[in-house]
Amino acid sequence: MSMLTALLVGFGAAAVAPALHRFAGRWTGALLTLVPAALFASFVIRVAPLVDGHVATERYAWAPRLMLHLSLRADGLALLMALLITGIGALVALYANRYLEGHPHLGRFYLFFFGFMSSMLGLVLSDNLLALFIFWELTSLTSYLLIGFDHTRDTSRAAALQGLLVTVGGGQALLVGVVMMGSAVGTLELSQLPGHALQTHPLYPWMLLLVLVGAFTKSAQFPFHFWLPGAMAAPTPVSAYLHSATMVKAGVFLLARLTPALGATPLWESAVTWVGGATMVVGAFLALGQRDLKLILAHATVCVLGTLTFLIGLGTALALHAMVVFLLAHALYKGALFLAAGAIDHATGTRDLVLLGGLRRAMPLTTAAVLLAAASMAGLVPALGFIGKELVYEGALAAPRAPGLATGATLLAFIPLVAVAAMLAVRPFFGATRELPHAPHEGPPGMWLGPLVLSVLGLVLGLFPSAVDGLLARASAVMAPAAPPPPPLKPWHGLNAALGLSVASLAGGAAVYFARDGLRGRISRLRLERWGPGRGYELALAGMLRFARFQTRLLQSGYLRRYLRMSVVAVGGLTAYALLTRARVWPELRGGDLEPYEAAVGVLMVLAAVTAARTRSRLASVSAMGVVGFGVALVFLFFGAPDLALTQSIVEALTVVVFLLALFHLPAYEELSSRPARLRDVGVSLAFGAVMATLLLVTVQNPEFPPISGYFLQNSVPGGHGRNVVNVILVDFRALDTLGEITVLAIAALGVSALLKAGRQKGTAR
Amino acid sequence: MTSLIFNSVVRALQPLLLFFSVFLLLSGHHAPGGGFTGGMVAASAFVLYGMATDTAAARRALRVPLPVLMGVGLLLALASGLVSVVSGEPFLTSVWLKFGAGVLGEVELGTPLLFDLGVYLVVMGVTLTFVASLAEE
Repeated sequence: MSMLTALLVGFGAAAVAPALHRFAGRWTGALLTLVPAALFASFVIRVAPLVDGHVATERYAWAPRLMLHLSLRADGLALLMALLITGIGALVALYANRYLEGHPHLGRFYLFFFGFMSSMLGLVLSDNLLALFIFWELTSLTSYLLIGFDHTRDTSRAAALQGLLVTVGGGQALLVGVVMMGSAVGTLELSQLPGHALQTHPLYPWMLLLVLVGAFTKSAQFPFHFWLPGAMAAPTPVSAYLHSATMVKAGVFLLARLTPALGATPLWESAVTWVGGATMVVGAFLALGQRDLKLILAHATVCVLGTLTFLIGLGTALALHAMVVFLLAHALYKGALFLAAGAIDHATGTRDLVLLGGLRRAMPLTTAAVLLAAASMAGLVPALGFIGKELVYEGALAAPRAPGLATGATLLAFIPLVAVAAMLAVRPFFGATRELPHAPHEGPPGMWLGPLVLSVLGLVLGLFPSAVDGLLARASAVMAPAAPPPPPLKPWHGLNAALGLSVASLAGGAAVYFARDGLRGRISRLRLERWGPGRGYELALAGMLRFARFQTRLLQSGYLRRYLRMSVVAVGGLTAYALLTRARVWPELRGGDLEPYEAAVGVLMVLAAVTAARTRSRLASVSAMGVVGFGVALVFLFFGAPDLALTQSIVEALTVVVFLLALFHLPAYEELSSRPARLRDVGVSLAFGAVMATLLLVTVQNPEFPPISGYFLQNSVPGGHGRNVVNVILVDFRALDTLGEITVLAIAALGVSALLKAGRQKGTAR
Repeated sequence: MTSLIFNSVVRALQPLLLFFSVFLLLSGHHAPGGGFTGGMVAASAFVLYGMATDTAAARRALRVPLPVLMGVGLLLALASGLVSVVSGEPFLTSVWLKFGAGVLGEVELGTPLLFDLGVYLVVMGVTLTFVASLAEE
């Protein structure tokens, strides 16, 4: 299956999901699970050739002039992410079918879900930065729809909007950064970006800053981390999939992808390392202050995302390899923990850690899954998490600058993480059975299969890391192409400093675990939501609305005549300014070759215009305007444009009808404006007319730009198969413009119809 | 407006105007006319009919709801642009067919005509929507 086919199949599944739900009912999820499963298989097949050194690429022209190609590239990093997206996607799709069983909008859920999955696949496979950006924004949009899936709840909608504004705002920064990169080096293909040319470019700091804002918002890095806990308003399968395993890794993924092009400069190293380090410490610390299972997991995810960013910032081959291994370990255990948290919520009716207890007998399989996953999270031998953690410590110890600080920060983040893992594993399952909203019971297979498969996989890969060794080595080679291949992963690294640190974090974690209740109280008493960055978001949003109200009051008077005057003054003023500063040749007025009948029509039009402005009868002013219009049609006819003359006269006739119909609804004629106001309006009109006339004369007499009508006259018959040049221009040469115009016309007509209908219903027709 | 003379004239004029609008549409590629003008003339035929009877009668005479008219027009214009995409040319490149048609001699048919038909329908629908919205208020 080509990668393009894979993407199309994914989007196709999204498109048919709502219809399928209508037919297949409760089997929808099971049927649709086959799609990600098949895609997963198609990516598994690609692993062996890749490890042998064959990188699959596909390239389709999209908009080549914008440097936009749909270039797909399954290198190590892309393939690792694609396997996670489709593999976890299949398990979550199956899980969601039971989690949302009987939900009336399950079809819609799968539409958004597969829309997200395919966009995420596109994101990781894209080798073109613009294409990547498009998929990036699609993931933000589908994430918005999924967070707000429970759309009748205000909190869901607010959380969805917050996630959207933060990630899409960052996306805009990313787009500008990407465009700057493209215009600096002339290509947007990730695999061909010349690192040296970019890093020595004078705009490099700006490009870097903008791209980093994009990556940091998407991956919930401090100080943008606040949207991720908010996103927990989504159904749990969504949290497990988007907000821990896949989408939030997009920012980290982008940083990894751009490491060869933008990385290894002092600016990159300090910015990425500091932000990542701050995020991992803040996230771990905040996780201790939560009671809700999902919020604990969300903050722990923030911590891990910070760690991944931090490792990319360190930038050594060792740290980059640790990043890849830790990413895989995290995706497996965090996906399992989230799904298990959802199963507990589903079975007991609560996610409050303090209320839960003694579930091990009622939910043995979920218990097993959580124990295994938590072991990986805490970094116990022999889980994959242990290998990941050892590598992270080794990377921090070998940091090129300030290894002591780097190691200390890592330790500071991992100690709370161990404590959190212990809380998750012990509190809900052991101890006395408690009173719960529902009697606990093990869910159907679809609900325990996912967590169990993921957590067992974490254990198996910890015991036999050679299974993924080749793929992971290829993945880190994407970031550090020049480095020698990393040593093969081993389940046991022997006695070394990293092991010592591991033991230290376990011991520290145990200590924190026993002090957990006091700590939680203290952290929640800090009331971080009062002064944290989340508050900044609220203030910014409120400020924006205040500004909108202010400028609306300033500009929107609600009087048509003011709008008209504003437009006329703005257009006329700007045109006059351009004419005065730019026009090099001033037109000469030649009246000699005017025929008497042409002059007569001109005089008639002027007289009619004056009448229209002066008369006190509406009917007379409409008729006078009609005279002006038909006069224009005559002018067209005199100067050899019969087509325009025809159109103009029909338009004029219909305009008169429309005016007459409108007249019925107008109140009696009244003088509303004072004499000075009318004199000012006369001045504005005369000035506007003068500006337009001058513009026309300058344009016609300008020798610098030859008129384009020659081209159309020559090509009309051979190219457009028509002798009516105007029509050929409209329907062939400039057909796209016409298509746009008729679309606007149709929308305007619908708007007019709706406005008048609304006015009629309110009884306040204007 | 109830005027016997006006009603009788409109009755005779309406089919003629419609016929004329189609003529304008078809001849527009070589002579003055085209979809825009044709659509306006067709609209004025129904506007006159509506003035002679009433708006509801004019809507019935049209048979098709106005939004559908505009929608079909837009789709036709869009579809005419997609014909070339099938053969790998850019969107909206014109495609022409030439064939002999008996007494008519050689006839050229191209996607621009389809496009123009779309313009015709949209313009007709838009104009009638404006007039009908005001007239029914």
